Amino acid sequence: MSAAKSAPLLSQNLARREFLKAGGALVIGFSSAGAIGDALFAQDSTAARGAGGGPPDPKQIDTWLAIHSDNTATVYIGYVELGQGSTTSLLQVSAEELDLDMSQVSTVRLDTNITPNQGGTYSSSSIARGSPAIRTAAAEARQALLQMASKKLGAPVERLIVSKGVVTVGGMGGEAPSVTYGELIGDKLFNLAFSGTAPVKPVSDYKLVGTRPVRNDIPDKVSGKYVYLQHLRLPGMVHGRVVRPRGQTAYGSGAKVASLDENSIAHIPNARVVRKGDFVGVVAEREWDAVRAARDLKIAWDIPPVLPTSEGVYDAMRAEKTGDRVVLQRGDVDAAASGAAHVATGHYRGPYQAHAPFGPNGALADVKSDSALVICSTQDVYATRNTLAGILGLPPQKVRVQYYEGSGTYGHSCYDDVAQAAAILSQLVGKPVRLQFMRWDEHGWDLYGPAHVGELRAAADANGKIVAYQYDGWHHNWSAVETSAQLALGTPAAEWRDGAAQMVNPSDCGGMYDIANVRLVNHHVPGMNYLRGAWLRSPLDLSFSFASEQTIDDLARKAGVDAYEFRKRNITSDRWMGVLDAVAKASKWAETPRPPAAKLSNAKIVTGRGIGLGTHLTSYGGAVVEIEVNKDTGKVRVKRMYGAIDAGLAVNPAFIENQISGQLVQTASRMLLEEVKFNKTNVTSLDWNTYPILRFEECPEVTPIVVQRLDQKSTGAGEEVMAAAAGAIACAFFDATGVHMTEFPLTPKRVLAALHRA
Amino acid sequence: MPSEIKIQVNEQVHSVAADPDTPLLYVLMNDLQLQGPRFGCGLAQCGSCSVLLNGEEIRSCVTPVSAAAGKSVTTLEGLPAWYAKQKKLAKAPALHPVQQALIDEQAVQCGYCFNGMIIQAADLLSKTPQPTETQIRTAMNGHLCRCGSYPRVIKAIRRASRAMTAAMESGAAEELVAQGVHAAEVAR
Repeated sequence: MSAAKSAPLLSQNLARREFLKAGGALVIGFSSAGAIGDALFAQDSTAARGAGGGPPDPKQIDTWLAIHSDNTATVYIGYVELGQGSTTSLLQVSAEELDLDMSQVSTVRLDTNITPNQGGTYSSSSIARGSPAIRTAAAEARQALLQMASKKLGAPVERLIVSKGVVTVGGMGGEAPSVTYGELIGDKLFNLAFSGTAPVKPVSDYKLVGTRPVRNDIPDKVSGKYVYLQHLRLPGMVHGRVVRPRGQTAYGSGAKVASLDENSIAHIPNARVVRKGDFVGVVAEREWDAVRAARDLKIAWDIPPVLPTSEGVYDAMRAEKTGDRVVLQRGDVDAAASGAAHVATGHYRGPYQAHAPFGPNGALADVKSDSALVICSTQDVYATRNTLAGILGLPPQKVRVQYYEGSGTYGHSCYDDVAQAAAILSQLVGKPVRLQFMRWDEHGWDLYGPAHVGELRAAADANGKIVAYQYDGWHHNWSAVETSAQLALGTPAAEWRDGAAQMVNPSDCGGMYDIANVRLVNHHVPGMNYLRGAWLRSPLDLSFSFASEQTIDDLARKAGVDAYEFRKRNITSDRWMGVLDAVAKASKWAETPRPPAAKLSNAKIVTGRGIGLGTHLTSYGGAVVEIEVNKDTGKVRVKRMYGAIDAGLAVNPAFIENQISGQLVQTASRMLLEEVKFNKTNVTSLDWNTYPILRFEECPEVTPIVVQRLDQKSTGAGEEVMAAAAGAIACAFFDATGVHMTEFPLTPKRVLAALHRA
Repeated sequence: MPSEIKIQVNEQVHSVAADPDTPLLYVLMNDLQLQGPRFGCGLAQCGSCSVLLNGEEIRSCVTPVSAAAGKSVTTLEGLPAWYAKQKKLAKAPALHPVQQALIDEQAVQCGYCFNGMIIQAADLLSKTPQPTETQIRTAMNGHLCRCGSYPRVIKAIRRASRAMTAAMESGAAEELVAQGVHAAEVAR
């Protein structure tokens, strides 16, 4: 059985054909044993697909879909499946427009020789950016199929009815002539320009979109049949491991090999050291031999002690000469604040946090003198291909990158770094290489969500109306060069340019409230000699919301107004009001009034609740959180979380509920436990003990709510309730204790210190 | 040095040539080509590599293959048969009730951790057929999930417990087999 055959999401036939036609290496999942070389598709007119380097022309219908003789369709999607269910949602959209059943549509894994380039899978964009192209391409293909059917059946298009890919002439009862899509075009190319002009179905006609078909990857994921990246093997390959300092060193200052003793692994059969510059790896026939060779290799590093340390990072960033940019300026904050009845100010800190995929990233590479195949879990196959081509010295068209799902990644984890490392190893040893990072590689050499300092000033009038809001944010940008390229080629460290990376986010920082006077300033800290940074699910939003929503609560308290009521007074958007009301209602907020802060309990264990709003770039998130604080131990427990997302038209509300549920739990983890620790030379958070995450015993009960908006375009739902939940946790802590936490995570030590100071 | 080691996995005896110190995980993944146990941390911290050794959940990433010699290893792949044997069913269902319940609850996100989740839950239900929520949380606490699927996993274990109890009370082993047949249909 081929690897492709094992995963039901993917069209077996096409995936198999690509390997045959493109001269791609035979990729095998564990259960594989059988023949791949059958001639089933030899006469297939679309067999040329995948023969050369992509991307295929987005202006051709054939780029987006193919109809097969058996009356099924393959839809080519440029977004990767990460366990969110978005692939199934996009299939729902295409089946809807084509009038096919869900069982008749499938897709293939992303592949730079086959799938269209829709950009990377980030910013929760799969449905928002992916569905319009796929919807209109499907509509246009249907239009073309109906014209073919019209000729074949001798009836005008207007009289044709389609159900499950069977076209029938309407109004003729049981005698009506019919033809299937498969009979009309089966496995032949449309050869049709994609004009984007075919009318799409009105929402009122939807039969599939908005419903809850189940994810078809789940049965194989629970049975063990699902092929993850980590399961793949290539014929003739060796196993590789990288050898790096334990815990990353300062970005920009790097690490240099001081000494290396190749004889130190002489006792391990068939293991050898592979080195290029300061990039060091080992390869061996057997995986365990590679693992212990990496462990036993005697190597010393020169590491400059220039990191600011996890404790000192905030003061260091605040003291830097920064590149400042006014993100938003409206009215006059100073004037409005100076005469206001209530003013709230604060200084808040959020730590570096790790993606920490549960299974470390891996990659397979087969680099030849004139071409390369790299299989990895990148969220952007084309960007990864272009970078790899540069590293390997090959034209991009000669590098083929294929995506296989690995463990959830939540943003830019080490997937590109590991792909580069595998490719470098393969090029040096002249064989296919399978590389998986060890736990300490993944935790220690991640591109973390950057640390952040936020300083706020907000003011409200005597009626509880917010009149001024200023947010100043300090953080460095995302790192543009992966560790493997730095070590092997000496590529200088660089950051993403301002504007291309996340800055102070107007959507989170006061954007949900109607405020006449606003000033948002992004203070870009130069990222050299800090840690590597990249986008981590809901980038920086948890830090923004932690600061902003506590400030809003502070104003509410000073104005003597309930936190929910105060927010309602300052919102006019029905979208924001929708999610706010949804969580307030679900949590019975109004029915359970809380005592004012002055009457807080003196008990050892106190409870509190908080309400918060936030998002990432699109959509609307609201959350209510109930917590318990043990004032003797400093232990905070999140007991219950309610989260609502309005993501416009929810193609599959069930998937969004699952996403909300996961986001709430992950937010509790990040707010209570997660912080990357580092000293002057290295990161010291290297595993689940030194970087703990939330476990079963501490897991809150969660209530996910999808606010369905059939009349609005679909927007993101993979990260848009995390900021709201982060703010709500902080506000709940204040509700319980009367104390603001100015730094997260809310660890016992930090909580006790805050309670002691108060 | 590599030596010939005999291990019994999913009721079959295999002979592998491996260094006796090799963690069982690497033998299961690479020599036996099993997809259930998988590498997560190599430190017995996460549960990604869990298998049953003589019916007890262990971490195969830190268990030398030599320690499995003469014992019975059950992986995710062999769980339905292991369950059938335990419950004296005439025929193994397509899926263990925990697996079916996870499908029914649509509990999975990326799913990489579910090998360990399922192995541990099966271990729990074999010893405590009707666990309280607290017992479930305690038993599962050594298994991490980065996607945050815990609430649905707890629901699924309770669902599996109810399904197993109902089947046992009605004395109808066939019912479970029928359930398995249903599961096979879903899986297709």
